[in-house]
Amino acid sequence: MRGMTIAEKILSAHSGKAVYAGDIAFCHIDKMMAHDANGPIAVRAFQQMGGSRVANPEGLYIIMDHACPAPYERIANLQKMMREFAHAQGATFYEAGEGVCHQLMVERGHVHAGELVLGTDSHTCTYGAVGAFATGVGATDMGAALLTGKSWFRVPQTIRINLNGTLRSCCTAKDIILTVIGRLTAAGANYRSLEFYGEYLEKCPLADRMTICNMVVEMGAKCGFTCLPTWEIQADADADYSRVLDVNLDEIVPSVAKPHMVDNYAPVSEVAGTKIHTAFLGSCTNGRIEDLRAAERFLKGKQIAHGVRLIVTPASRGVFLQALQEGIVAELTKAGAVFFTPGCGACVGTHGGVPADGEVAISTANRNFQGRMGNSRAFIYLASPETVAVSCLTGYITDPRGMEGGSR
Amino acid sequence: MTGRVIKYADNVSTDAIIAGKYTKTLDFQELAAHAMEDLDPHFHEKLTQRNIIAAGHYFGCGSSREQAPIALRTAGVACILAKDFSRIFFRNAINVGLCIAECDTDLIDDGDEITYVPGDGKVVNHTKSMEIPVLGLPQIMVDILEAGGLQPYLKSRNGSMEE
Repeated sequence: MRGMTIAEKILSAHSGKAVYAGDIAFCHIDKMMAHDANGPIAVRAFQQMGGSRVANPEGLYIIMDHACPAPYERIANLQKMMREFAHAQGATFYEAGEGVCHQLMVERGHVHAGELVLGTDSHTCTYGAVGAFATGVGATDMGAALLTGKSWFRVPQTIRINLNGTLRSCCTAKDIILTVIGRLTAAGANYRSLEFYGEYLEKCPLADRMTICNMVVEMGAKCGFTCLPTWEIQADADADYSRVLDVNLDEIVPSVAKPHMVDNYAPVSEVAGTKIHTAFLGSCTNGRIEDLRAAERFLKGKQIAHGVRLIVTPASRGVFLQALQEGIVAELTKAGAVFFTPGCGACVGTHGGVPADGEVAISTANRNFQGRMGNSRAFIYLASPETVAVSCLTGYITDPRGMEGGSR
Repeated sequence: MTGRVIKYADNVSTDAIIAGKYTKTLDFQELAAHAMEDLDPHFHEKLTQRNIIAAGHYFGCGSSREQAPIALRTAGVACILAKDFSRIFFRNAINVGLCIAECDTDLIDDGDEITYVPGDGKVVNHTKSMEIPVLGLPQIMVDILEAGGLQPYLKSRNGSMEE
């Protein structure tokens, strides 16, 4: 039998036959996640297809995160609909404020290596950090999966990315993935799986592996894996890769994606001095305790620049509590930050930090499309928590290297 | 279908098709009303005369929001052609029964009259008197599109996903 990639192995195991890149596979789904933004249309699709009981309520997670707490009545009513659906079906339900869906799915241990997971959110690919084939689908695909417990897949080809060497001080997982996206481009992994390898992944915290997996969809990838030798699921040595990319971590520098495309790469040094108006620290990309600690190291005992607004949204209640216990919330608040309910609002432009016309936002999130944060006349730079923190201090995009605060 | 073309450039994102602030609704007319709002203020005016979108690379990049193809379909778009699409948008469009195909859209200009019949393997550009080959779809996608979307497809098969 031919060697298999991780994606081929997981889709084979879930379809009951050996499938390879390009094949169509009908697979049973282990876990499904639906949120308040796209879940309601999925539920309606499920009902319109004649569904009354979901196929696998034990594997269904319904999470309120995109507009929390509800900013107006229509969203409040959609959340009510999802709350009632979860209760009626016996699904696990996370109330508004518990956190961003992807953080909760990993943090609460709902997803595991080798599992096949669908979510109504493109950043479902984040669970590749723990070895799950996890991918975002639209509402109708989710409705069909709720009804049948299954979905169909065209088995993706896989790109292998070797992360060689060691990260320098003040350089982070975010800088790695922004650099990889700059090299592969925004469509460079469209309908591909990505497998990342390297000693770095064995040493870095889960948070950093999640940051990397979170952004594989920004290259169009269907799923991605930050592979560890301890996982039960491993690619075969003779697996077939459509491309192999070598990345030297010693050469990674603090990086940004410039407006309005995620592959509009620049080292921070090239855009240093760009005036910023608002900053966002949070999201499923970079809203974990490690990210808040990194920001605190630079901001503790200092004040953010006059005219800059810093919004901090912890990725979950758990992260928020941890940050409270470590004194991070107090330090960041004293420095001038404003805290917002754990969730997605600022990143997806629902509420919780919309920039004004002509303003520049620097953000730890994953997308900088025009209009992404709720205003098409704003300009979004994506960067690491370190770069966002030091930029708040100066009021201009600033390279964290050489600033007081140091490395993770 | 036959119609005239509204042409767009590369990388039309789902945020441009329907902004996140408008997606939280079950009212598809409301989605349609905000479709392409920031990208093209004249979109709805153009749709009164034309019903086919032709775009460059990577149409629909970004979010998994099915509200994007729903907004375009409900607004009156009959077909989208592009050099390539983001994978989730492509699948969502077919699932909601919106005709979609990949071809060399450099050969199609704003206002051109074209005909595309799914399964024909070609787009006919009447304005330029030429045929443009279209990339084939997996059989299951052809079947879903022919059924009118994933909902009618599953209904017609008594809720069974398998071939």
